[in-house]
Amino acid sequence: MDFLTILQILDSTVRLATPLLLACLAGLYSERAGVFDIGLEGKILAAAFFSAAVAFTSGSVWLGLLAGIAASMALAALHGVASITFRGNQLISGVAINFLAAGLTVVIAQTWFLQGGRTPQLSGAARFENIVLPGAASRIRDIAQQGPLGQIYSELISGHSIIVYVALAIVPLTWWVLYRTRFGLRLRAVGENPAAVDTAGVSVVGLRFAAVLIAGVLCGIAGAYLATALNAGFVKDMSAGRGFIALAALIFAKWRPWYALSACLLFGFFDAVGNRYQNIQLGEIIVPVQFMQALPYILVVIVLAGLVGKAIPPRAGGEPYVKER
Amino acid sequence: MTMMKTLMGAAAALAVTASGALADPAIIFDLGGKFDRSFNESAFNGAQRWAEETGGSYREIELQSDAQREQSMRRLAEAGANPVVMAGFLQESALAVVAPDYPDTTFVIIDGVVDQPNVRSVVFAEHEGSYLVGMLAAMAAESDTVSFVGGMDIPLISRFACGYAQGVVAVNPDAIVIANMTGTTGAAWNDPVRGGELTRGQIGQGSEVVFAAAGGTGLGVLQAAADEGILSIGVDSNQNYLHPGSVLTSMIKRVDVAVYDAFTTGPEVETGLHVFGLAEEGVGYAIDEFNADLITEEMQAAVDAAREAIIAGEIVVHNFTDDGTCPVQMQ
Repeated sequence: MDFLTILQILDSTVRLATPLLLACLAGLYSERAGVFDIGLEGKILAAAFFSAAVAFTSGSVWLGLLAGIAASMALAALHGVASITFRGNQLISGVAINFLAAGLTVVIAQTWFLQGGRTPQLSGAARFENIVLPGAASRIRDIAQQGPLGQIYSELISGHSIIVYVALAIVPLTWWVLYRTRFGLRLRAVGENPAAVDTAGVSVVGLRFAAVLIAGVLCGIAGAYLATALNAGFVKDMSAGRGFIALAALIFAKWRPWYALSACLLFGFFDAVGNRYQNIQLGEIIVPVQFMQALPYILVVIVLAGLVGKAIPPRAGGEPYVKER
Repeated sequence: MTMMKTLMGAAAALAVTASGALADPAIIFDLGGKFDRSFNESAFNGAQRWAEETGGSYREIELQSDAQREQSMRRLAEAGANPVVMAGFLQESALAVVAPDYPDTTFVIIDGVVDQPNVRSVVFAEHEGSYLVGMLAAMAAESDTVSFVGGMDIPLISRFACGYAQGVVAVNPDAIVIANMTGTTGAAWNDPVRGGELTRGQIGQGSEVVFAAAGGTGLGVLQAAADEGILSIGVDSNQNYLHPGSVLTSMIKRVDVAVYDAFTTGPEVETGLHVFGLAEEGVGYAIDEFNADLITEEMQAAVDAAREAIIAGEIVVHNFTDDGTCPVQMQ
């Protein structure tokens, strides 16, 4: 295994971790405010479809991104209305959103494009192109000719779509918002002890809605990234469980932004390794491809079984707030 | 009496039209979907050609999950569709159960073999077609490395990979063939993200031409190859038009012809096992205006010579599914 191979795996890690990271941060906002959100998967899927559909019809990926965010926010608002306004069960509302998105995307895609529940292939301005930083090579074969520093720069740092950089920038931003702003303090408080926030004269419902909608925006970006940057079009069920892995990463990260980044990178890394090494030979034993591809999921089980110590969720999580009983 | 005659005439006419309607053929598409630009779409094109030429209509079912296979076959057979054509080897075990229950219905399975008196099994000699595109890949590549991305890890796809590798080595004995499979479940036919990642990994290992035999996943493979500026080879349908100048050629498998033949002949279509190879023009490689600049005359001459030799039996391409081994080592 040479240096460039390691870089390529890390490069692949960054690409695969980006949708997880965005979804994980989405869950972080929502759950920190006391609203469990297992509808991340559905929101990503809806955003993926609408971003690809609008990007294809309008020819502009930016309009597609906006449409994806709008679709995801609409589902987030639905989740908010069901679980905050009407105090329904947050888990059931999330499950409903997942089913809704899985079915609706395929049905609408079939009606609009008549291609068996997928959108046509995107090309040109309808896709997020990779940004090649100044002085970097863009093609793998050119990169192989460079020195180690040049390879790190060209392979790992340069050549991602803009959403990857945006997602990485959202991590410190989230930290700053949560721990250094008045809004963040109230958001965390509303997830721990909503009654105290209410006593202070701040709207619990308003804060929770704000958190749920922020989650909608982030899931929207994640979906648009899947359909218009990583891929070139929507296909059925393309989110492939990423919303659930993001939830596991969120627990792994103990609801903290920087930990979320490392957790998502770890999951992305295992995915990348599983893709690259299909049959690893360790001395006499050959590790089969099935094991490698199951690695991220095995990791989820181990993580959730409590390997990482005690993960304490926000205290008021999952409970609708009732002002007076 | 005249009244009686009219009534009987009407009944007879009704019976004729009813039996006419009953004899509508039907097709079941496999997971991956009708518009996968590949295997199923090829089957769909064959059915569509029949419908346009004859003005007839056919019934179709697009499977959404494995659990629907048996149920959809029974539904079509009970609705009187005849013949019932199904695309995809995954239908094999369900058809083996269903076929004996409907002895009057002719079933046609493409890519699978079911030994029943009322089943026509159509298989293709994919290894022969893959051999030819493997030769093209080796001739188009400047270095010694080419690669293969398969869909689901099954013997049928290994047959593609093995034929391809043999063609590559026939041109360049030092060549390295990297082969990856997308997954082990039906979802592997529809995962372009993973297909693209696998391709980037192979390019990182030096691959210059990638052959995708992966249904809808292949779209991600061809896309990644076009993004990274290497050549790719499509499969089943002619996929040259998807990325002109980047798709070297396509290994065509005439699934459409198999469907068209079955629909045209109707319920009387000959049952038993039928193998479509190079000689029957069941497989081949595609040249059109989108890849004419990529394939030189020498390349074409060499491949056509090999094609003749395979048909004449001078070159024997090893079939992976015969014994589960491949004479060429792949990475």
